[in-house]
Amino acid sequence: MFDGYTSSELMSIFAMQGFAGLSLFSVFVLMALGLAIIFGQMGVINMAHGEFMILGAYTTYLTSGFFQSYLPGLFGGYFFVAIVLAFLICAALGALIEWLMIRHLYHRPLDTLLATWGLSLIMQQAYRSIFGAREVGVELPEWMMGAFQVTDMVELPINGLFVMIIALSIAVGVYLLMYRSGYGKNVRAVVQNRPMAEAVGINSAGIDRATFALGCGIAGIAGAAFTMIGSTGPSSGQAYIVDTFLVVVFGGAQSLIGTIVSAFGISQAQSTMEFFLSGSMAKVLTLLVVVGILMLRPEGLMALKVRR
Amino acid sequence: MGTIEMTAGGRSIGKGPGFRKSLMTLAASVMLATSVQAAAPATAEVNTTGLAVTDDSVTVGILHSITGTMAISEIGSVQAEKLAIEQINASGGVLGREIKYVQEDGASDWPTFAEKSRKLLRQDNVAAIFGAWTSASRKAILPVIEQYNGMLYYPTFYEGLEQSPNVVYTGQEATQQILAGIDWAVKEKGAKSFYLLGSDYIWPRTSNKIARKHIDKLGLKVVGEEYYPLGHTQFNSVINKIKLKKPDVIFASVVGGSNVAFYKQMKAAGVDFTDEKPLLLTISVTEDEIRGIGGENVEGIYASMKYFQSLDNPNNREFVTAFKETYGDDMVIGDVTQAAYLGPWLWKAAVEKAGSFDIDKIREVFAGIEFKKAPEGYVRIHENHHLWSKTRIGKAQIDGQYEVVFETEELMEPDPFPEGYQ
Repeated sequence: MFDGYTSSELMSIFAMQGFAGLSLFSVFVLMALGLAIIFGQMGVINMAHGEFMILGAYTTYLTSGFFQSYLPGLFGGYFFVAIVLAFLICAALGALIEWLMIRHLYHRPLDTLLATWGLSLIMQQAYRSIFGAREVGVELPEWMMGAFQVTDMVELPINGLFVMIIALSIAVGVYLLMYRSGYGKNVRAVVQNRPMAEAVGINSAGIDRATFALGCGIAGIAGAAFTMIGSTGPSSGQAYIVDTFLVVVFGGAQSLIGTIVSAFGISQAQSTMEFFLSGSMAKVLTLLVVVGILMLRPEGLMALKVRR
Repeated sequence: MGTIEMTAGGRSIGKGPGFRKSLMTLAASVMLATSVQAAAPATAEVNTTGLAVTDDSVTVGILHSITGTMAISEIGSVQAEKLAIEQINASGGVLGREIKYVQEDGASDWPTFAEKSRKLLRQDNVAAIFGAWTSASRKAILPVIEQYNGMLYYPTFYEGLEQSPNVVYTGQEATQQILAGIDWAVKEKGAKSFYLLGSDYIWPRTSNKIARKHIDKLGLKVVGEEYYPLGHTQFNSVINKIKLKKPDVIFASVVGGSNVAFYKQMKAAGVDFTDEKPLLLTISVTEDEIRGIGGENVEGIYASMKYFQSLDNPNNREFVTAFKETYGDDMVIGDVTQAAYLGPWLWKAAVEKAGSFDIDKIREVFAGIEFKKAPEGYVRIHENHHLWSKTRIGKAQIDGQYEVVFETEELMEPDPFPEGYQ
């Protein structure tokens, strides 16, 4: 398998493959965090998660267009504005949806599944009507294109690094929010025992809304980041949703750490196998392993132990 | 437009006492208005199988996805077909009849395509269906259209291995696109090794099978062959593999959203296609796709197809102007859009040659039907229901257009069942 390659070539390939795995990992983390927060906290399976991501992507597209027309001098920095906007817009829409729809369905988990699926169809068709059925191209500032030349062979894509940094910051941010803030304490209290949390005066409805909005906002950031590496079209969100569920379910529904561990495991397994096998086979094998492990551990990798 | 001669003109127009008078009136209207109107033959004569044909109109069906994932690609085809129908009507219609259309939405869902084609054939009795885009949707329509003896005009370049008496294939089948492309890369660019990359479904797999056979025949090397699931968005691993294998040519048939991811990530990984190291030759990226990928990400890649918007000939200039006037200046026209535009024109030519809307009579006259005003240049229907057409190589520019760098001298013969390539 390695015939004909010099050892230095092999070293650089392993380095670049490692990097490929890590960038897949950060994509998974970005996708899955928002979903995991909503699923873990509220037990709501948000089928429209991909569409919230695409809302973030379209926000980025509009922002880049705006900067190109009105602020061409600041174009290099538009991306940071786009990320903030994507978060705010998606979070606002998320809060609205929670108020309009989700809160009426809390005791009917299967209905939320259907309702959010319907929502995803509505959102897709709305994008199609507003932005057209064709994918849009989001132009990147010059400094985000190209790669870092580490050695002759090893090149690290700059936008890959950038996605990694965003994923890392958000993971750390979510960790601080969930485990080091008053809000996080309330969230965890509601997750562990809703009636008890309400009894001690926690406004669980408010917590729910904030959490749903937070999850959607993170989806928006993910969408903004993905304009760098993927397509932005009305139904592009569908490409991510299956992988996202896979990561969340495999990690254990109510555990954020589990989500991150599972994202790491799946991404490394997949990118390693992709190198030795073809893309489709790698995916099949990854899914097989995940199914196998889930049969042994139905709760996922890291199940939260709570008394019901 | 309308170079196709009326072959059915002057047949008996009706019997009875009013005949002479009506002929006079018709003759007068000829002098006043169009020339074809006068020749309209009796409906009973040109329609013996109960199609939706009246004395002054004929109904056809348009069946594409205008919602769902495939809408991205199929909307261009719908626009082209409607434009062709409009232009045909403006020049006098078909056998003196105005074309009306019933449009149905396949919704990117294959069973829906079958359902809607049944509706078009049974309920609307359409004289022709212009539609389908993916091979899957065509395969879904196939049994229906064969059962009710309809005629489908299918615009997409596809994998071949099919030849239905009820389908006319206005796009290229795989060998036309691939053989010319590979020969060009070998002759002009001195390519010796190839890396085949595609999305994982029948079209890329069949195309690569043909490509591999051809490359073997030429005594050259395939250093990798790889497929990714539809919608796959992470290509870092394969990019690393390509860097390691250093092929002369990447032969790409990636489709849909994956395309965007693939080219963006190639670019990000420091591959500059304008260096042509490796050279990238695609059979799946038309001007339509580039809009989503971004011209800056594909600058310098080559595509092997029969049509590019930038083709420099009078037919095409007229077509592009008409298309942009109808649908807006920011429209781009890809290979399939042009092929879809051919559908109604070829149907008109066949109907007029047969002097009838009957499917069976049209089928008999298909072989040899020509369309001289095709934007891609002259095309002719082969007896296997595919088109003789030239293949061109285009080089992608940063503005999202292709510059044509090569064109086969002769029309390529369509060969849907290439011997030794299966």
